[in-house]
Amino acid sequence: MEKRRATRSGLAAAIPGPDAAGRVRPRFSEWVVVGLALLYAATLLFAPLVSLAWGALSRGVGTFAREITTPDALSAIRLTLLLAFGATVINTVFGVPAAWLLVRDRSFVGRRLVNGIVDLPFAVSPVIAGFMLIALFGRNGWLAPLAEAARLKILFAFPGMLIATTFISLPFVIREIIPVLTQIGEEQESAAYTLGASRWRTFWSVTLPGIRSALQYGVLLTFARAVGEVGAVLVVSGSIVGLTETATLFIFRALDERNAVAGYAMALVLAISSFVLLTAMERTKRRRSRIR
Amino acid sequence: MSSARPRRAMHDARRPWGLWGLRGAVVSYLVLMIVVPLLAVFQRGFSGGLRAFARELANPIAFDALKLTVLTAAITAAVNLVMGTLTAYALTRYEFPGRSVLDRLVDMPFAIPTLVTGVMLVVLYGPTGVLGGWLEARHISVIFAKPGIVLALLFVTYPFVIRTVQPVLLEAERAEEEAAFTIGASKWTNFRLIVLPTIFPAAASGALLSFARSLGEFGSIVVIAGNIPRRTLTVPVHIYGQVEAHNERGASAMSIVLLALSFGLLWILDWRQHRKRSS
Repeated sequence: MEKRRATRSGLAAAIPGPDAAGRVRPRFSEWVVVGLALLYAATLLFAPLVSLAWGALSRGVGTFAREITTPDALSAIRLTLLLAFGATVINTVFGVPAAWLLVRDRSFVGRRLVNGIVDLPFAVSPVIAGFMLIALFGRNGWLAPLAEAARLKILFAFPGMLIATTFISLPFVIREIIPVLTQIGEEQESAAYTLGASRWRTFWSVTLPGIRSALQYGVLLTFARAVGEVGAVLVVSGSIVGLTETATLFIFRALDERNAVAGYAMALVLAISSFVLLTAMERTKRRRSRIR
Repeated sequence: MSSARPRRAMHDARRPWGLWGLRGAVVSYLVLMIVVPLLAVFQRGFSGGLRAFARELANPIAFDALKLTVLTAAITAAVNLVMGTLTAYALTRYEFPGRSVLDRLVDMPFAIPTLVTGVMLVVLYGPTGVLGGWLEARHISVIFAKPGIVLALLFVTYPFVIRTVQPVLLEAERAEEEAAFTIGASKWTNFRLIVLPTIFPAAASGALLSFARSLGEFGSIVVIAGNIPRRTLTVPVHIYGQVEAHNERGASAMSIVLLALSFGLLWILDWRQHRKRSS
């Protein structure tokens, strides 16, 4: 034991030392720590994951395929993709300028306050996020007359679901961009600017390439979060089958109607899609660390 | 340089309008999306006066839901504090088979929809599930009971402590740890006196985050808890029930309590971070 530690200090080179990150092979009592960490992850994360795959496929792949291609299931998947796409676009379009303002615009008086407001959706329970819209657009709601005048149905319809999904995934893009924007600094931007490039041009050809992978990561996070939302859309959608039913609401109803096969099948589809998104995020992250 | 100057002046002259437009657009977006809807909930909650608000909270079902939510969130935070720190330590200090798989698995709960988490736990522990029969024979109830709620919360908040402690462990000065070994300190003494004080603030922040996240959790709990009033009904699920029952004042009152709790926690976390940065 002492010898191994000595290697780490470079005193003896005979015994294989730690890897580049300073990690060593655990020994004896240290295996307790490693073993506990592995056991905990295996029972808490891995076992449920495997049993979902088992539950969804135990009646054969044919049944699984049939369950996720029923008209209701397909329309639920379509609506989920549409909502996630819409929320991601809105949060990117507003998130990039918001992040830029919060980092670059030093004369902006309310900067700290706005910075605090951006984080609020993370602290709001999804159910409350949905209920906010009921309070706002429901009976006697502040914005109900406005929506009525515009003949726009917000609650129990697509617009309300889009607003709710946008709300719960709002901070991701902003939070991912801010640290990178702070880190890359202003030198290149002011160089471009001094050379005569317009603010717009500076943004497109200097700032945006610098934050691109952070933006990609933020977009993927937003999309993943939007796909998986249930509480907020449950409250505002009214769960009308084939019309305002998302993939998660489809699972919710299937379990409620004791149609476990359909519920498990859709849950597996969502689990697989989140693994795909996770892999894409992982890749973006690795590329980012290589750039740095 | 001299040729750039006139253009620069032109930009600066034009700048206030563009900048004010941008500020206006961003601020109105955030106010409309976040501030106004939140205020609407507060307005609903207090629309009947303070007494009506207090009456909603004094309702035994609501009060028990609040107790259960805080209790399960606290258990979750405590378990995360210990297991998260341990996992982060194992991931950063040791090389073992399965390490890279575990490292990638850590972020999974962030990507998996919470409702799917609930479904997974039902498949595993439910009455017709993989372990259901075995558990039932031993009179251990997970589903429709408090352990199920805690399991769901632990799954959903798994990454928080690990991801806050990991960077601190990676940056920590190894020299001190090695010095401690050289003078013969045991591994446990070393961990207790040198590693733990360094990572504790980060671990505590992570645990607080997981507590805040647990308070609002809905998707995974709604399918696994059974939502029995006064026994396994948490605040978010209760709020959902109140909305469905068209009791908007009750829903707002509970929302306000939950929002006050989570905003308070967020504020504490923010304050801790500022203190850390300024020191």
